Amino acid sequence: MSKVSLEINGKKISKEIPDHTTLSIFLRDILNLTGTHVGCDTSQCGACVVHVDGKSIKSCTALAADLDGSKITTIEGLTTNGKMHPMQEAFKKLHGLQCGFCTPGMVMSAIDLLKNKKNPSDTEIRDWLEGNICRCTGYQNIVAAVKEAASKM
Amino acid sequence: MKTFNYHSVKDVKEASKLSSSKSAFLAGGMTTIPSMKLGLANYKDIINIKGIKKLSGIKVSGKTVTIGSTTRHAEVANSKEIKKAIPSLSALAEGIGDPQVRNRGTIGGSIANNDPAADYPSACIALNAVIHTNNRKIDAEKFFRGMFETSLKSGEIIESIEFAIPQKSSYQKYPNPASRYAIVGVYVAKHKSGVNVAVTGAKSCVYNDKNLSDILSKNFSADAINNTKISASGMNSDIHASADYRANMVKVFAKKAVEAC
Repeated sequence: MSKVSLEINGKKISKEIPDHTTLSIFLRDILNLTGTHVGCDTSQCGACVVHVDGKSIKSCTALAADLDGSKITTIEGLTTNGKMHPMQEAFKKLHGLQCGFCTPGMVMSAIDLLKNKKNPSDTEIRDWLEGNICRCTGYQNIVAAVKEAASKM
Repeated sequence: MKTFNYHSVKDVKEASKLSSSKSAFLAGGMTTIPSMKLGLANYKDIINIKGIKKLSGIKVSGKTVTIGSTTRHAEVANSKEIKKAIPSLSALAEGIGDPQVRNRGTIGGSIANNDPAADYPSACIALNAVIHTNNRKIDAEKFFRGMFETSLKSGEIIESIEFAIPQKSSYQKYPNPASRYAIVGVYVAKHKSGVNVAVTGAKSCVYNDKNLSDILSKNFSADAINNTKISASGMNSDIHASADYRANMVKVFAKKAVEAC
């Protein structure tokens, strides 16, 4: 067992957890933050993307103990006073989702892209979303949503 | 994933002392964690070495670029100093996996794992790298021993990788469309002493194609290897590409790399 202290969506949390607990399991099973999804569970599909100290990572392939002391933002941490993040708004407006399973990861990954590139091209968006897989194949609207969000952010 | 004892260490001695035949060092975990989940690997102890400060960072001198073993791919991809000294090396890092993998995965982890299709081993061979461990210095040519096999001994930790800055270089690969691992990747580097043509993804382990290297050392042009035959013997054959196809791709990507230099 390891004691892990993290700041999650602005809230400080300390827990005693088994050493092999991944961040995705910590978020979903221990904190009940089920907005972060687990698809492949081997860091290929990107449904579990969250931000750790401002950078996007795949939470299924990081040990919670390894991230002790980090600041984490999940999809649940994006709204302010009940208002959706511009990226969430854009996905809603432009139907950037079908079944919605990949969406939390897509949104978190896309926000990280806009931190580094304010107005990415279609190619840059597609390159960046390399690690996020949508099996409804709704990429067209996902790319459009990221561009829309870029114009609003 | 089966449970293990997690250790986070602050110096190399402590890490080495904790290691055993049933332990693994953890850096980015991009291969170690999925391998444990899939039951391909099980460890009693996981020793996190990312807290060892001296293992991370980039140093560029007149002739070499030295990268600490726990330096992440994204840091290499975005380093202004590396972009200036060896642009092909930062371009290689930019092409690994996806942004999230590049935010976690490390250069030391990549070469210690020695995946036959990994990108970094080819950079080590092409750029005459010296691998610095806690015990010794190992030339890249002697470091990569076979599929997932290196000359590292139990408890030995890679501290940094020192690359020679070439006159010209380029890494070109045919990436697997899903994983971005190299189906075939060719790293061509022209040094004062001669040319290296390091090939990854094609065989069970990265190698320097001596024949192509010799030809290009005499005449550094894509046309010089037009009529060179690459044998398919020992080439990988799988659902992505046959051995014959890979052999041809070695030449195609070697030419591309020379042209891009």
